[in-house]
Amino acid sequence: MALGLCNFNKTGTNNNANKDALSNNYADLHEPLSFLQAKAEADRCLYCYDAPCITACPTSIDVPTFIHQIRSTNLTGSAKTILSQNIMGGTCSRACPTEILCEQACVLNVSEEQPVEIGLLQRFAVDSLFEKQAASQLEHPFKRAKLKEKRIAVIGAGPAGLACAHRASMLGYDVTVFEAKNKAGGLNEYGLAAYKMVDDFAQKEIEFLLQIGGIHIETGQKLGENLSLKSLCDDFDAVFTSVGLGLSNQLGINGEDDDRVIDAIEFIEAIRQSDDLSSLSVGNNVIVIGAGNTAIDAAIQSKRLGADNVTVVYRRGEESMSATQWEIDLARKNGVNFRFYSAPKSFENIQTHNSNTDTYTKTASLECDYMQLDDDGKLTTTGESYKLPTDMVLKAIGQKFDKSPFTELNIENGKLVVSNYQTSMKGLFAGGDCIASGSDLTVQAVEDGKQAAHAIDQYLSKNQYLSKNQYLSKNSNLSNLSEEK
Amino acid sequence: MANLNCKVAGIESINPFWLASAPPTDKYINVVRAFEAGWAGVVWKTLGEDPPVINMASRYGVHKNGNQHIVGINNIELISDRPLQINLDEIRRVRKEWPDRVIIGSMMAVIEEKAWKELAIAIAETGVQGLELNLGCPHGMCERGMGSAIGQVPEMVEKVTRWVKEVVDIPVFTKLTPNITNILWSAEAAQQGGADAVSLINTVNSIVSVDLDQMAPTPVVDGKGTHGGYCGTAVKPIALNMVAEISRNQPTKDLQISAIGGIETWRDAAEFIALGADGLQVCTAAMLYGFRIVDDMIAGLSDWMDEKGYASIDDFRGMAVGNTVDWNELNINYDTKAFIDPESCIECGRCHIACEDTSHQAIKFDVSKEGKRTFTVIDDECVGCNLCAHICPVPDCIEMRPVDNGLPHMTWPEHPLNPMNEQ
Repeated sequence: MALGLCNFNKTGTNNNANKDALSNNYADLHEPLSFLQAKAEADRCLYCYDAPCITACPTSIDVPTFIHQIRSTNLTGSAKTILSQNIMGGTCSRACPTEILCEQACVLNVSEEQPVEIGLLQRFAVDSLFEKQAASQLEHPFKRAKLKEKRIAVIGAGPAGLACAHRASMLGYDVTVFEAKNKAGGLNEYGLAAYKMVDDFAQKEIEFLLQIGGIHIETGQKLGENLSLKSLCDDFDAVFTSVGLGLSNQLGINGEDDDRVIDAIEFIEAIRQSDDLSSLSVGNNVIVIGAGNTAIDAAIQSKRLGADNVTVVYRRGEESMSATQWEIDLARKNGVNFRFYSAPKSFENIQTHNSNTDTYTKTASLECDYMQLDDDGKLTTTGESYKLPTDMVLKAIGQKFDKSPFTELNIENGKLVVSNYQTSMKGLFAGGDCIASGSDLTVQAVEDGKQAAHAIDQYLSKNQYLSKNQYLSKNSNLSNLSEEK
Repeated sequence: MANLNCKVAGIESINPFWLASAPPTDKYINVVRAFEAGWAGVVWKTLGEDPPVINMASRYGVHKNGNQHIVGINNIELISDRPLQINLDEIRRVRKEWPDRVIIGSMMAVIEEKAWKELAIAIAETGVQGLELNLGCPHGMCERGMGSAIGQVPEMVEKVTRWVKEVVDIPVFTKLTPNITNILWSAEAAQQGGADAVSLINTVNSIVSVDLDQMAPTPVVDGKGTHGGYCGTAVKPIALNMVAEISRNQPTKDLQISAIGGIETWRDAAEFIALGADGLQVCTAAMLYGFRIVDDMIAGLSDWMDEKGYASIDDFRGMAVGNTVDWNELNINYDTKAFIDPESCIECGRCHIACEDTSHQAIKFDVSKEGKRTFTVIDDECVGCNLCAHICPVPDCIEMRPVDNGLPHMTWPEHPLNPMNEQ
C-alpha cells in the first residue's frame, strides 16, 4: 500500500540528499557483533540459575544456555536454543526493547551497572545460523511431527500468524496463511524502523521459517473484502486470527484531513518499502504527535531522511511516554526535539502573499494547547496555546483493532476476548495485537502465535473424538443417557 | 621500597626474578633484552653436546580459559638447536656486558659421566655463576635417554649431580621433573649428589588439546602430534605443592629452591617465597606478554612488602611452611557456615544450584511475589565446604563464618571415631 508515500511525496519538500548518504543514514542501528566481540560479551554472562532474563522474555528463551553455547562455539546449537522458543528470534534480537525485557532483568545491572548485551548476542547466534544455511544448505533445524491431516487457516502473516503457522506445522498440521498486503511479515516488514531491519531481514526470516514445509501463504487476501471469516471457519479445521490493529486512532482536530497530516505507520511503511530513499520526500519542519516507540521511529527516520527540524509533541511529560528511555535518548542523539505538555488543537494552512513577486507561499502550522496536571493529577489545559510551523505532521497516536469482520465475537476494551487463545467462536483462535495480551511487541506476538498453535493442537486432538452431544445425536436411542445424568 | 635483593645458592641477585631455561633465553639478543627490562638473571636455554638438535614446526599448543586468555602452554621444543660454541661465546659476552646479572648455564647429556663432565666444564668456563642440570624435559629428549628419563630415576639424579659437582666449583642446581610419584625422592637424591639447589618444576607431561578436524593432538606436525611439556598459570598449584613438600621435609628443608611453575604476577611470586622458595624462575608469562611483565612483579612485590612491613625477602620467606601440614594435623572440630549478604547478592542463583546439585542442598531459594530472589543458607545442612563462596561472582558476598561450637581442637588421629583409637 503506497498511499502514504503518495501523500507525503506531494506535500514534502524535495530531498536533495544523495542516495549514498541516505542509505548510510539507514544503515544498521547496531553494528552486529564480530565473533571476538560475541565471545567476549558471552563471557560476561554469569550463567544464572533459573535466570531472571528467561522470565523477562515473553517467549522464555533460555538465555543463559544460548549464551553458554556461544561461549563453547556451538553457534548452531545456540541458534536452535533461541529459535525453539522464538522462531523470530532474529527479528526480536533487532527490534525488542531489550532494555525493558531481558537486559533489564540481567543481574549484572546490579553488580556492574551494565547488563550482558543479550539482544546483540541473540542476533549473533541467529545470524550465524542463517549465514551457515546460506552457505551450505544446512537443513531447517526443526522437523514436522507425523502429519495429522488437518488444516489450519491463519489470518494475517505478521509475527503472531507466522509463529503460529510454524509451530502448527511442527505439530503436524498443514497451514494456509492469508495476508491482506502483498508481502508477508506484518509489522516486521512494514512497521519496524528501517535501520533496525536492514538487508531485507524480514523476508529472509520468513524464507527461513517456511523451510519447515506445510505452510502456504496467500497474499492480497483481506478479511471483509475477498476473504470471509465464515468460509474460513467452514473450510478449515481451525482458524487463527492475528490481524493486528488495522485502524489508526484519530486526533479529532481541525485540519486533520489535510494531506500534510499523515499516519506515522504509513510514513514508516513507505520508507521500508522504498528501493530508493532519495526518491522520498520529507518535510522541513516535521511534527510527530505521540509518545510511543512508533513516534520515536517516525521522528528519527524523518530526521535521517533529511528533515531540518523534527519535534515530537506530547500532551503529557517525558516520564509518561510509553517509548523506552533508550529510544527517547536515541531520538535526542539524532537531533529530535520534544515539546511536552502540548496537546494538538488544530492544523492550519497559511498562505502568504509576497508582494514583490506576487506569489503565494503555502505554509502550515500546528496549534497546541499548553497542558498541565492539576492537583488531582488530572491533565488539563492551561488555557494558553502556541503554534508550531510545520509542513508535515506524522500521527503516531496508536492503532486500534478493526472490529468490523468480527462483530459476532466477544470484544472487550476494543480487543478480542480469548481464553487460552480461543475466542468466543468455536474453532476460532486469536493472538497478537488484536487480543488483550498484545503489547505492541513482536516478541509477545510470537509467543501468542506459538501458544495458540498448541491450544489449537489441543483443541483438534480432542476433536478426534466426537463431543458428547455429537455422539448422542448420532445415536439417538441413547439420548436418554444425558437426561439421566 | 622494600629490598628485593636475594641470594640463591649463594649467588647474589638484584631481585628474585630470573627467566627459566626456555625459548626466551635462547640467545644473546633475548637475554640482553631481558636484562634491559629488569630481569635479574636468566637460566640460558639448555645446552647439549654437538651436533645440535633439530626442532619441529609447530612447537606450541595452548589451553585457554573462557576469556580467551592462555592459562597454559604445552611445548614440544627441544634444547638449544644452535652449535654449542655460539652459545658459549654469547654467554661469555653477556656476562661481561651485564656483570650485575646472573646467568646460569643449563645443560643436558646422556647418562655418561664423560659427557656431563666435559659439558659442565665447557659451560663453567664462560663465567656463568651456576649450572642447572636439566633432568626434566618430558618430551623428545627423554626418548633419547635424557631429560625426564634421568629425572624420573632418583639414583640417576644423584649420580649426574655428583658428576657435575666433582668438576665445577660454582653452585649446581638440579632441575626436577614433576612427572614422578613423589618429588621428595628426586629432591633428596639431588641433595645426596651434592646439589646446591633444586629448580622445580619442569614442565608437566601433557596433551593440551586435540584438533578435532585433523584428529590429532596439538601442536599438529604434518598430521600427527605428541605429548609435550605443560607450563603456565595452570601448573602453579602443582608447583606450589612440590615446593612446599621439599620445604617442610626435614632432610631437605634447608635445600635452596629456585621455584618455577606458572609465576605470572607478584602475588604468585610471594606465594612461592612464602612456601620457602629462595629464587624464582619465569617463562610462560614472558612468552605471553613480553619481558615487561617483570615490571609489576617487581613493583607489586615491593609494594606488598612495604604494606606488610617486610623489609627484605628473607623477612617472609618460608612463613607459610609451618602452616602447611598433613591433613591429619588439621583441626577436625573447626566449623564454618556460609553466610550470604542479602545486600550485595545480585540474585544470580549460582550458589544455590551448585549446592543443590553437587553439594549439600543447604541454600534455600525463594522468590517473592514481586520477583525478588532470595538465597538463604540453611545452617543445619551447611557443612562449610565453601564451594558457594568460590562460585559467587560478587567479591565478599558469601562469607564463611566460623562457628563457635564449643568443641576442643582435635585432629583425626585424636578423634574417638578413628578406628585406630579403639584399643
